[in-house]
Amino acid sequence: MSEITIKDIIKPENIVYEKTSLMTDKSLSYCPGCGHGTTHRLVMEVLEELGQENDTIGVAPVGCSVLAYEFMNIDMQEAAHGRAPAVATAIKRLWPDKIVFTYQGDGDLAAIGTAETIHACNRGEKIVIVFINNGIYGMTGGQMAPTTLPGMKTSTSPYGRDVNSMGNPLKITELIAQLPGTYYVSRQAVHTPSAVRKAKKAIKKAFQNQLDDKPGLSFVEVVSNCNSGWKMEPVASNVWMEENMFPYYELGDIKLEGNLL
Amino acid sequence: MMKQSKTNKMGELRLMKGNEAFAEAAIRAGVDGYFGYPITPQSEVIEYLMAEKPHERTGMVVLQAESEVASINMLYGGGGSGKKVMTSSSSPGISLMQEGLSYMAGGEVPCVVANVVRGGPGLGDIQPAQSDYFQSVKGGGHGDYRLPVLAPSSVQEMSDFVPIAYELAFRYRTPVLIISDGLIGQMMEKVELFDQMPRLTDEEINELYPWATNGKPKGKKRRVITSLDLDPYKLEKHNFKLQSKYKTIEAEEVRCEIIECEDADYIIIAYGSSARISQKAIQLAREEGLKVGLLRPITLWPFPKKPINELVEKGVKGILSVEMSAGQMVEDVKLAVRERTKVEHFGRYGGVIHSPEEVLEALKNQIIGD
Repeated sequence: MSEITIKDIIKPENIVYEKTSLMTDKSLSYCPGCGHGTTHRLVMEVLEELGQENDTIGVAPVGCSVLAYEFMNIDMQEAAHGRAPAVATAIKRLWPDKIVFTYQGDGDLAAIGTAETIHACNRGEKIVIVFINNGIYGMTGGQMAPTTLPGMKTSTSPYGRDVNSMGNPLKITELIAQLPGTYYVSRQAVHTPSAVRKAKKAIKKAFQNQLDDKPGLSFVEVVSNCNSGWKMEPVASNVWMEENMFPYYELGDIKLEGNLL
Repeated sequence: MMKQSKTNKMGELRLMKGNEAFAEAAIRAGVDGYFGYPITPQSEVIEYLMAEKPHERTGMVVLQAESEVASINMLYGGGGSGKKVMTSSSSPGISLMQEGLSYMAGGEVPCVVANVVRGGPGLGDIQPAQSDYFQSVKGGGHGDYRLPVLAPSSVQEMSDFVPIAYELAFRYRTPVLIISDGLIGQMMEKVELFDQMPRLTDEEINELYPWATNGKPKGKKRRVITSLDLDPYKLEKHNFKLQSKYKTIEAEEVRCEIIECEDADYIIIAYGSSARISQKAIQLAREEGLKVGLLRPITLWPFPKKPINELVEKGVKGILSVEMSAGQMVEDVKLAVRERTKVEHFGRYGGVIHSPEEVLEALKNQIIGD
């Protein structure tokens, strides 16, 4: 019996998992341990599985994922801070047969872009919004976000978020779920294999809704760690997220087929 | 100097407000999408479009946005996908759009933005003014950029300049401003409308604008619209490209109208409403035997430096820059004249319109002297 080499193993019939061709080969700019990379991959895998790579326009935000267009191998636009839902609105209205989505962080979507988020949802724009909530401004070095938890320390809340003077963390996802314009609203995570599978299912449902021309906007929040911003090791940050973020930002579907659950 | 656009006219005359003529011209120019927010004195634009149901006429999309900020970013998305997009507003709303205009200059996104200027600063008033000149021609938003600026002086030009603006916007991949004021927007005049031009098909857009992001073509490279490059050397290179584009625009796209300047000893330089008023003023001057001509910049940027230079070289004795502002365009006139002849500014502002008699008086006092 001859010796088995690696060349004998790497054959098309033996491949069980591949990087989607909709991700470029460029190294991700995200910190090791962060949920952005996984979420990017899920969005791109879903678009590939739905066969939409030639009919999709993505809109990147300002924040950690400002360079999303360097990693997502489809037509992309890079929007001004918070304005992605307005940018996406026009693209979808002018190209109604195309698939349009935004990919935004919490500062972009729930602070500076609150008006654009709420009004795109309220008009029931037939787009998908993928929203990464890590409770902090990662890109600019760990400042307080609208979603920062009470008491949580950041560089602009160094003694912890004082809700009396800094406000409470904004549950923007519950807020937009109240609007008749949203068709599907879900909150997911990507920190464990089972969470990744659930998140992918939710993202796929959101894009399928758009493909099926369902009446309204599909919105998927992904609660993610920010190990750098939270100043923790990746595993510890995921434990902290489970113990602190999830009780406040409860995982699961919030609205299905236009009905609040 | 006025270049002809490719429109046809069949003598279709209407009595319209400037804002209405502009809106009708948008439909006829084959615009794909209008995104706007109400503000006096230009709300007739979106009102007219909503009432006209352009979706039934041409398939044009009209959407009332939640703010001017959203409107301009809708233009970023739509223009970046290769569609002809438009918004209109008035001074405070245009200030809110400066961020978006800067991004579009950087990302080279074509669009047309109309500013029906009102008195400022701040909320100001709702009367006509020309005090947004600096904002329009010197950049307005952040970064090194310029935008072509067309200044109509009649309801007819509110219509005629729309297709010209789109030619510039797509030829140079840039936002183009059409800057009028509350007087031109609100007044009614006879206008000869141009014939309906077809909207481009999706196939034509893909053929003409390979840079447009509307779905990666099979077997080809994907497209990206962005104004970001974190590498300063690459961003400098991108800026070199923009500056070279601006040089071409300055060389190729100057438009102005020259009225009774052949024998003129004195010149008034004025645009838009002020040019209309100044035209009456030069008539009054000539009735008194004063040889006065009018140079009307149609493009405020690129500014008609060369025609001004030619008049200076012919030996005009003085120039009065007349504008409904505290003196903004006069700075560009001075840059063109380079102290070879006397240059003064005259104008009422804050929403006050000067009379032809006031202009003549100022010309006599400030330029002609004893």
